[in-house]
Parts: sequence; structure tokens; C-alpha cells
Amino acid sequence: MNDHAAHAHDDAHDVPFLEDGKGWKSWLFTLDHKRIGVMYLWSVLIAFAAGGVFALLLRLELMAPGKQYIEADTYNRFFTLHGAIMVFLFIIPAIPSAMGNFVLPLMLGAKDVAFPRLNLLSFWIYGIGSIMALSSIVFGGVETGWTFYTPYSTNTSGAVVMMTLSVFVLGFSSILTGLNFIVTIHKMRAPGMSFFRMPLFVWATYATSILQVMATPVLGITLLLLVAERTLGIGIFDPALGGDPVLYQHFFWFYSHPAVYIMILPGMGVISEIITVFSRKTIFGYRAIAYSSLGIAIISFLVWGHHMFLSGQSAYAGMVFSFLTFLVAIPSAIKVFNWTATLYKGSISFDAPMMWTLSFMVLFTIGGLTGLFLGALGVDVHLHDTYFVVAHFHYVMMGGTVIAFYAGLHYWWPKMFGVMYREGPAKFSAIIVFIGFNATFFTQFVLGTRGMPRRYYNYLDQYQPLHQFSTFGSWIIGLGFIVMTVNLLASFKQKVKAPANPWGARTLEWSIPSPPITHNFHKTPVVTEGPYDFPVEGQAASGAEGKHA
Amino acid sequence: MDTPNGYWMPPAASTVAQSVDDLYFVIFWLCVVFFFIVTGGVVYFAYKYRRKHPDQLATQQIGHNTLLEATWTIIPAILVIWIFVLGFRVYMDLIVAPGDSLEYQVTAKQWAWDFRDPDGCSVPGELHVPAGRPVKLTMRSDDVIHSFYIADFRVKQDVLPGRYSSVWFQADKPGTHNIQCTEYCGTSHSNMFAKVVVHTPEEFANRAQTFCKVTVGKEHGEKLYKNQCAACHTIDGNRLVGPSFKGIWGREGKMSDGSKVIVDENYIVESIRIPTAKVVEGYPPAMPAFPTLTNDDIASIIEYMKTLK
Ligand code: HEC
Ligand SMILES: [Cu+2]
Ligand SMILES: [Cu+2]
Repeated sequence: MNDHAAHAHDDAHDVPFLEDGKGWKSWLFTLDHKRIGVMYLWSVLIAFAAGGVFALLLRLELMAPGKQYIEADTYNRFFTLHGAIMVFLFIIPAIPSAMGNFVLPLMLGAKDVAFPRLNLLSFWIYGIGSIMALSSIVFGGVETGWTFYTPYSTNTSGAVVMMTLSVFVLGFSSILTGLNFIVTIHKMRAPGMSFFRMPLFVWATYATSILQVMATPVLGITLLLLVAERTLGIGIFDPALGGDPVLYQHFFWFYSHPAVYIMILPGMGVISEIITVFSRKTIFGYRAIAYSSLGIAIISFLVWGHHMFLSGQSAYAGMVFSFLTFLVAIPSAIKVFNWTATLYKGSISFDAPMMWTLSFMVLFTIGGLTGLFLGALGVDVHLHDTYFVVAHFHYVMMGGTVIAFYAGLHYWWPKMFGVMYREGPAKFSAIIVFIGFNATFFTQFVLGTRGMPRRYYNYLDQYQPLHQFSTFGSWIIGLGFIVMTVNLLASFKQKVKAPANPWGARTLEWSIPSPPITHNFHKTPVVTEGPYDFPVEGQAASGAEGKHA
Repeated sequence: MDTPNGYWMPPAASTVAQSVDDLYFVIFWLCVVFFFIVTGGVVYFAYKYRRKHPDQLATQQIGHNTLLEATWTIIPAILVIWIFVLGFRVYMDLIVAPGDSLEYQVTAKQWAWDFRDPDGCSVPGELHVPAGRPVKLTMRSDDVIHSFYIADFRVKQDVLPGRYSSVWFQADKPGTHNIQCTEYCGTSHSNMFAKVVVHTPEEFANRAQTFCKVTVGKEHGEKLYKNQCAACHTIDGNRLVGPSFKGIWGREGKMSDGSKVIVDENYIVESIRIPTAKVVEGYPPAMPAFPTLTNDDIASIIEYMKTLK
């Protein structure tokens, strides 16, 4: 890197980062944040495919009550793998580590992240953790659910230790990335880029990073205690050894509720970028969105007990957690209103990233609103641990984060790989996924309200028609993602060269060629205006380049 | 009431159910309104301000509007606090049992429920209660965490090892409802079914002559099988945790120590009382002992097994 900086004007180094070095070593030992981002991207996409296959298998088994084609224990292993892969291998690293790594330094006008070696280390740790997680399949499988509730997880057979240690290891990857981003954002902004001139994706990543650094250690310690109980018989959570199983739940959710926001905040950041660019409008309420990210980050540490209303926790604790849970709903609602208001009087186009974003708006709104049922104590008693909860968090995590991730993927794809994909199939896939998603998961709201518990291999006959419908929906989602994948991969064959700024965006990553050169900027840009200062009708368009001195 | 409560809800069969449903629908309609405000806004703006030629720009840039932002912060804040209060009120009704409740003891274990009424009477896999009286269940688990759920009554409570928890309800009329386990507890979590049978007060008062009477015979055996054994043993030849009971009577089985055994009365009694004495080859020694089964119970199970050809 220093080498590059010293020769900033040496034309030999002005090659696109994708061509700067060949062979696997040039990737695995790279310090370039963009290459690390791309490696993360392929890894999380593979994880998403694997988690998705398990989801489809689960839905297939649920076509009818009783055994269809797998045993109960296999089913239980599959839903554990589906959850663990999707949460720890896909959603948590997806937007921050894959997209954040790629675009964050570019958005700041920096040549790399603050600690490139640490960045590479965190990718390696992610690789090791993922291999450990998947190896648990051959070491006997895990059927505890991704939540590893004690004392079940300390007493059941299988590779629980391997799986929990893998999550422990993956946590370090998350912490190191968060740390790196915090320092990068504080120290590496281009001249003129004050905090309130940062793109909102950077704000969202900043809030996420704080959560990653502060919450993840708690999960790590908790899982180590679990491992200690399982292997050494030290009584912490198992009442048979003098422990307290509810303590585990407190520890677990103390991480895992903030983790919900580790998952959704970056998605909100992506949406803020796309919605402005495709309506050529400045974001409505920049400060409200920026501050609400931080507000969410702080309050999210105080609501973990809403996962435990029925765990035997006291009614007063339940009351306080319920109240705070309703408070944390407000900043999310504000963001949705802001995005809607941003469209007002804009010039709106419906390119693929925008189609995914509009899909997000609808699905995330449903996800957020259905949280109100679960936050209300009296209603949660009925809905807790039913399919209503399953539907709710799929609307938030998949309808929210995953859809935002694919919006971002279509948005930054030209920048990452320097090629354009075909617009028609990309839009089509967004629509297919939207339809399939609602068919699959809206049905589950009805199932849950009617009393269908989650994590059930077998079920009462009365639920069969809805289960079947939900399974059909899952095939439509699968189809949508296949179309999307084929279309994106085809762009490498078609080789339609992407311009530097295909969408007319004004953030810094679009002011440099697609794909960027290894050291990003020939000359450090100087920022003189905000990230969304779009012109209006009648005013001369200044173009994205215009803002650099 | 055994018909569903509208399209969404299961039958409402307890005194608290209707207030839960009412709150559910308050939130439901609030959500519908907000959903249409947001998606209506998105769809309307997206259509009205669609780009008609590639160079078209926005007609106005609006950074923010304090009044509007304050409005959409304060109104939702008031609404959610209102829902919070309603939710808490219903919750207090759900968790505070009236003082004159009938007290039951409940034990959960992988994967069966055991219910004892105030007189100590227990019917396997069935919770018998009178209509019109509050009933309070004091619950504990013998192994992992389970959760007691009667959808038709809108009550649910986790059942923990090493600690008591409780739940109460008052059924409003005679009928039968499902009890399901809602905390994941392993292989047969989804088969941890039981029934709650609601009787008229007269029927319930006479229970010593009717359902609480000890009976011997294959019907009683079948009931015991369904509630205590079906989680691990099928009767259709399929393997579950343990071997199937299909054709079990008189079958020659191979044990893990290599010996051979013909299934007869003594072997079955031993299998139930001291399950680890002989372990069937190819299966884990996962069969629990059943100290609560009486000799009559076991005799009934044997009668039932003889019918499984
Ligand atoms: C937790 C699961 C479980 C439950 C519940 C259970 N069993 Fe078993 N049972 C097993 C397993 C595993 C085996 C095979 C290993 C062994 O022989 O101990 C078995 C074996 C048996 C055998 C020997 C079968 C043969 O083919 O030789 C009999 C008889 C039996 N169980 C009866 C019962 C009865 C009666 C009940 C209900 C009162 C019951 N079991 C409940 C797990 C269970
Ligand atoms: Cu939470
Ligand atoms: Cu269970």
C-alpha cells in the first residue's frame, strides 16, 4: 500500500483493482479493501445459497403433517443449520463486511481502511469460523436451534461444541471489522467531509460497528461458558449442576437483540443511498436518519427481555422491556417516513436497484408493524414461539436486510466488477421474489395467529392448507433468486462495460472509474457539498465530478 | 365456542381470550391504517413523480420540515404508548390467578405432560378441568425447558427445570382443546401434544366414578401408549427414537450384547421398569423409566401391544 501511495502518479499502478495481480495468492493475501470486500461477497452469497437450500428442504417436509421424506432429528438439524448459516455466515457479515468493505473507504475518499492487515485477518477468521460451522455437520450435526438454549444444548448429543466455538470465532471477525470501520470513519475522511456530509450508508455502518464492538463480546463469553458447562461440567446454566437456564437467555439476547440491528441498520443505509439516487432528490431529514441510527443502537441494548416475556422473568421486568421495545420502534418508523417523503417531487426511475428498494419499503413496513403485536405483552403471550414470530422476523430480516442487500448488490455491481447486467431479468427477479416472499411468509402470520407453534416437524391437520401454500411460495422465492443469480453471472460473459457513474449518483465512489484502480483516487478528493446535493429542474446539472476542487 | 374467532383467531374458549383478541384487532387495524399510509404514499409518489425523460430532474429539493417531522414522531409515539398500556393491562389479567383457583400440579418431561388435579388424580395426557372455575397450574420440568400452550385459551408459559412457574385460565364451557409444547425440546417436540377436557361442574364432581377410575384393558393401554410412548415408538413399523411396536408381541429381538430375547410379559415389564437392563441392538439406551406407571397400567399396555399385529 505504501508503495502505491509513493507512486501515486506512476501510470503502471493505474490498473483496475481486479487486474492488479493474478492467481489465488493475489486474492488471499491482498490488503486491498475492495478485494477483501469481493471475497466476502462471494462467501456470503455461497452461505445464502446453502441456507436457502435448507429452507427449501424444511418447507418441503412441511407439505403435510408427519414424515414426508426426512426424520424428526434430521428436520431439527436442518432448521438449526438454516438459522445458524443465515444469521452468522450470511446476514451479519453480508452488508457490513462485503459491501461496507468495498464502498466505505470509497465513500469517504480514502485509499483503504485504517488497518488493512486487520481487515484481511478478519476475513481469514470468517473463513475459519465458517469452515468450523459447516464441519459440525460431519461431526454429528447440531439440533439445538441457532439459539442454543440451555439446558437442552448442554445435554443433547451432537457437535454443539464445534458449532458454538465456530460462532465464537466468527464473533472476532465481526468485532475486528467493526473496530476497523470506526477508526476509518473517524480518521480517514477526505478533506471537507464533515460528519454531516457523510453518506447515510456510512452513518449506518458507523452505528452498526459500535454495536458489533460492544455486543459481540457478550455472545463470545456466553458461548464459552456454555462450552465449559458441556465439556467440564461446570454448572452455570444447567439446574442439574446448580445453574440457571434463564441466565443463559438473558446473556444470549443481550447480544442477539442488538444483533438484530447489526443486521438491519446497514440495510437501512443502503436504502437511503438508493432512494435518493433514483429519485434525484436530497434525502428528507438527513439528520433525523443519522441520529435515529445512533438512537436505535443505544436503545437496542435495553430491550433484550422482550424475547423472554414467558421465560419466568418478573412481570415488572416484562413491563419495562415492553415499554422500551415500543420506544425503539419510533426511530425505525421515522426512517420509513423519511424515505417516503424523499420521493415527493423527485424524478423517479425504476431501475433494478430501485425495484428491490420499493420491495424493501413494503416488506420492511409490514415487518416493523407486526412487531407491535409482539411488543404488546397481552398479545405476545398468545403469539410467542408461534409462526407469527417466524413471519415477523423473516419480514424484517429477509424482507428488510436481505432485500436491501440485493438492492445494494444491483446498485454497486457495476462499480465492483465494471460490467452492467441486463435490466429486464433483474427487475423481473425482484418482482418474483416479492410475490414469493409474501406468499410464503404472510401465510405464516395467519398460521401463527391460529396457534401453530414454531420448530415443529409434525403438526395438527387443520394447519395443512396454509403450510402447503407457504411451501409453494418458497418455490417462487427460489425461482426469483435463480433468475437473479443467472442474470448477474451472465454480465461477466456479456462484458457490457459500466460507465463510472451509471446511475447519476453524487457520492464519491461514483466519481472514479468502474472498477476503481487499486489505490482508488489519483488525488485525494476535496469535498465541498453534501452527498445528496442533486440539482433541480431549470438549474444546470453540475455532475458528480463538479464537487471536487 | 368451537368455531374460529373470525378468519385469524382460533376459538376463544377462556374468560381472557376475548380481551386478547380485542387488543389484537386494535393493533391489527392500526397496522392496516399505517400500512396504507406508507405504501399508499410510496405508490402515489412513485407514479406521480415518475421520470418521463432521461434528463428530468427533481422539481424541488426539500432538506427537512420540522413541523412534519415532529408530527410523525409524536403521533406514533402516543399510539405505541397507548398500545403498551393496553397490552400491559391484558397481561396482568393473564398472569394474576384469582385466589379461589383450583390448584393443579403439572410435570413436563421429554416428551409428555403429567397433570394432577387437587385430589391427585391423573389421566395420562389429559388435563380434566371444570367449566366456570379458575384453574391454576403449578408447573415444573424434569429435564429441559418446555412451554405450556393452549391456543384456544390464549395462555402460554415456559416450564423450567429447577424452578416452578404457573399459569391460570378459566374455561367458559365444556369441550376439548389442544395443549402444545412451544419451547423446542428435541426430537419429539412437535409430538408433545395433550388435551384439555373441560367438563360441566357435575361431571367433574363425579370424576372418581368416571374418568378418574382405574381401568385395566387394551383401551386404557392404547391411551397410555399415545401419551407416554408414541413420541418414541410408532405402531406402523417406522423407526423413531425406539423400535416400532408393530408386531412386537412374541417377536424375537437381538440385544446390543448379542443375546436374543423373545418379547413376553417379563421382558416388557423389565423394559419399562429398568430400560437399560436389555438394550435393543442398533438403538441408543434412550428409553426412560416410567415410575408413575402402575402394574395395572403396564398390564393394560401389554394387552394393547398384543393387538398390534
Ligand atoms: C424417550 C423415548 C422413549 C419413550 C418415551 C419410550 N421408549 Fe421404549 N424404547 C426407547 C428406546 C430408545 C428403545 C430401544 C433401546 C432399549 O431397548 O432400551 C426402547 C425400547 C423399548 C422396548 C423394547 C422393544 C423391543 O423391540 O425389544 C419396549 C418394550 C419399550 N421400549 C416399551 C416402551 C413403553 C411401553 C413406553 C411407554 C410407556 C416406552 N417404551 C416409551 C425409547 C423410548
Ligand atoms: Cu429483540
Ligand atoms: Cu417442546
